Amino acid sequence: MTRKQRRLILIGSSLGVLAIAAALILNAMNDSIVFFNSPTDIAEKHIAPGTRIRVGGLVKPGSVQRGENLNIRFEVTDGKTDVPVRFQGIVPDLFREGQGVVTEGKLEAGAIVADMVLAKHDERYMPREVVDALKKSGRWEEEAGQTSGGTPR
Amino acid sequence: MIPELGHYALVLALALGLMQAVAPMIGAYTRDAALMRLANSTALMQFFFVAFSFAALTVSYVTSDFSVANVFENSHSMMPLIYKMSSVWGNHEGSMLLWVLILSLFGAMVAAFGANLPATLKAHVLAVQSWIACAFYLFILLTSNPFLRMAEAPLEGRDLNPILQDPGLAIHPPLLYIGYVGFSIAFSFAIAALIDGRIDAAWARWVRPWTLAAWIFLTLGIAMGSYWAYYTLGWGGFWFWDPVENASLMPWLAGTALLHSAVVMEKRNALKVWTILLAILTFSLSLIGTFLVRSGVLTSVHSFASDPTRGVFILIILVFFIGGSLSLFAWRAPLLKQGGLFAPISRESALVFNNLFLTTACLTVFVGTLYPLALEAFTGAKISVGAPFFNLTFGPLFVALMFVMPFGPLLAWKRGDALGVAQRLMAAFGVGLAAIAATFAVQGGQAILAPFGVGLAFFVMAGSLVDLAERTALFRGPLATSRMRAAGLPRSVWGTAVAHFGLAVTLLGIIGAASWGTERILSLKPTQTVSLSGYELTFDGLVQQSGPNYQAQVAKFTVRSGGVPVAVMEPAKRNFSSRSMTTNEAALLTRGAGQLYLSLGDAEPDGSLAIRLYYKPLVMLIWLGAVVMMLGGGLSLSDRRLRVGAPKPAKKPATKPTLQPAE
Repeated sequence: MTRKQRRLILIGSSLGVLAIAAALILNAMNDSIVFFNSPTDIAEKHIAPGTRIRVGGLVKPGSVQRGENLNIRFEVTDGKTDVPVRFQGIVPDLFREGQGVVTEGKLEAGAIVADMVLAKHDERYMPREVVDALKKSGRWEEEAGQTSGGTPR
Repeated sequence: MIPELGHYALVLALALGLMQAVAPMIGAYTRDAALMRLANSTALMQFFFVAFSFAALTVSYVTSDFSVANVFENSHSMMPLIYKMSSVWGNHEGSMLLWVLILSLFGAMVAAFGANLPATLKAHVLAVQSWIACAFYLFILLTSNPFLRMAEAPLEGRDLNPILQDPGLAIHPPLLYIGYVGFSIAFSFAIAALIDGRIDAAWARWVRPWTLAAWIFLTLGIAMGSYWAYYTLGWGGFWFWDPVENASLMPWLAGTALLHSAVVMEKRNALKVWTILLAILTFSLSLIGTFLVRSGVLTSVHSFASDPTRGVFILIILVFFIGGSLSLFAWRAPLLKQGGLFAPISRESALVFNNLFLTTACLTVFVGTLYPLALEAFTGAKISVGAPFFNLTFGPLFVALMFVMPFGPLLAWKRGDALGVAQRLMAAFGVGLAAIAATFAVQGGQAILAPFGVGLAFFVMAGSLVDLAERTALFRGPLATSRMRAAGLPRSVWGTAVAHFGLAVTLLGIIGAASWGTERILSLKPTQTVSLSGYELTFDGLVQQSGPNYQAQVAKFTVRSGGVPVAVMEPAKRNFSSRSMTTNEAALLTRGAGQLYLSLGDAEPDGSLAIRLYYKPLVMLIWLGAVVMMLGGGLSLSDRRLRVGAPKPAKKPATKPTLQPAE
């Protein structure tokens, strides 16, 4: 075999592997990507029931109801629209009324049946997705969001 | 005074760095030995000044000097000493200082131990290393100065983020950074080779130990981070495909590929251009990781504070180094001469296959991590790419990679015999098939893929043992001969077998924890009992305890197995009043390679307590495997042939055949 043929085999197989990887990526992109929405997006866009989505916003004060068997219901708000969320399980330590939260689950009859509830890692920060959702609905106060550490007073 | 000295030392380091970035290159160009030697002393002095600067910040933390803004923001006088010390890098500014500390340490090590490098190569390497250092000194001094003072010193600090108040913080970031930054040496060597326009097998022999050392630390750092996340986040997950985790996985994948391609270059003088490219890419991925984590593009525990100017600054560093190095590569790489030929079935090809799959797997992680950022930047749509994406893309590629893994070490260089190798691997195939059958028999049809994964893991483990057995002619002659041959085997052969074995052990752990794990999420009243996978846990009650800077609610559970008490588990919630934050301290009970994992939810008004209880069979193997991989890396690193300047190993031809697979 000449050097050229060997190189062709090498390049051919590299392209083959890359093609397989591209196919895997495109296939996975179709099946396993979840879009993020603000509560207002859900009200405005027509999202098919049963679609898996992420919703972020604040936990509406006064909306948290705890039931039997670790069932919990609450509403996520961006200040304009509220979306009811149902969840069974243990919510994160920093899950509180009036605080930022991101939930992921299926959309059923206008409510989210969540299988994942994320709160922030630190009391100083807000999930960025939530900040953007609040900014979009005009409920974001620049001051409150910029308490990030590290700057001398 | 001490913080000012620290600040000043960093400025001095920058001045030395600028000198080192220019002088040795001029020296190499004009063949001026004195100018080239200058780099040795500046590299050592740079390390001295950065170490001094780092020590100054540490002193400020240990003495709780809250007049320093960084200490005020991230420390508390009541914190235990170990957390005061580790919170030096538990924040953005300090962690960047740790970054340059390690960078300058590596530079100093090249200066100190690189006595037998060709003078121009060494001068170029140290100069390039210094460019990187200067960029990051400037970054710290201009955007992230840890030594800024406050106008009035507060009496008490704002405390370290309680999630970070964990021994993990003392270990995980330094290990990870040694890994990340260690790849800078491979990068500097690659750039130096491109500037020199000359590269040979000796180059690979110099680069390999540095890459190997960085790889060992990165492996441990990732494993440590995974274990930390596992026990601290309270969900019992060990890998979340979080962008920040991916940021550390990508350099690991590229670095692993680099280790293997450097072998081809060292032994066969082939794949030169590719190895150079990989060295550039590996460190570029480390820089991208730093950018992702430090710029505030991503929100996670790792992004301490977001400040847009920092993001832009790191982006400039990124564009300069990645863009610059790739342009240099495009310009100079064609000058490098092509090396040895090899047949499509050969050890070289197996290593090419390894590289192809590792870099492709790295690419899928790259796409999954950056695609959401790009999509948001261009269309504004926000998506999340989670575990399902990576399982569907990364998973199959790694399965293919691991299936071919046992073949590689058994193939001969230049031209191999696939059929012969397959015959020699028969025993390993048998072990794999037996493992599949046994797993099916034990578990039934519940997790269809699990038995095949177990089979693959056992095939790889048996394959690495076959490799050793073949090389020592075990079972084919007297045992004494085998023992002699084993003693004569190069350490790197042992290293390969051990590291491959370790990867299979990790795979086994992942399969065990992911397929056969069981969980209960429920609320319990005192004296009630819950059972899971043969264990009964009785809730004995809640007690209050106070720690140095927190109040804890500790739940006591008695664990019984078959009615016999085996242990007491005490999961807790800690409340840090300084930040009005609660952390979850899961209780872990190791039984064999599996673990019982118990973490607390909220106490409900009726006195019952929500708990998460998991049983994770084989889960410890995930991290044990990483330790085994690290040991393999260590064995390879101790190979005398990698100690540059050691006498040539082939002093008698008898040891030579051991380099080839035994026929």
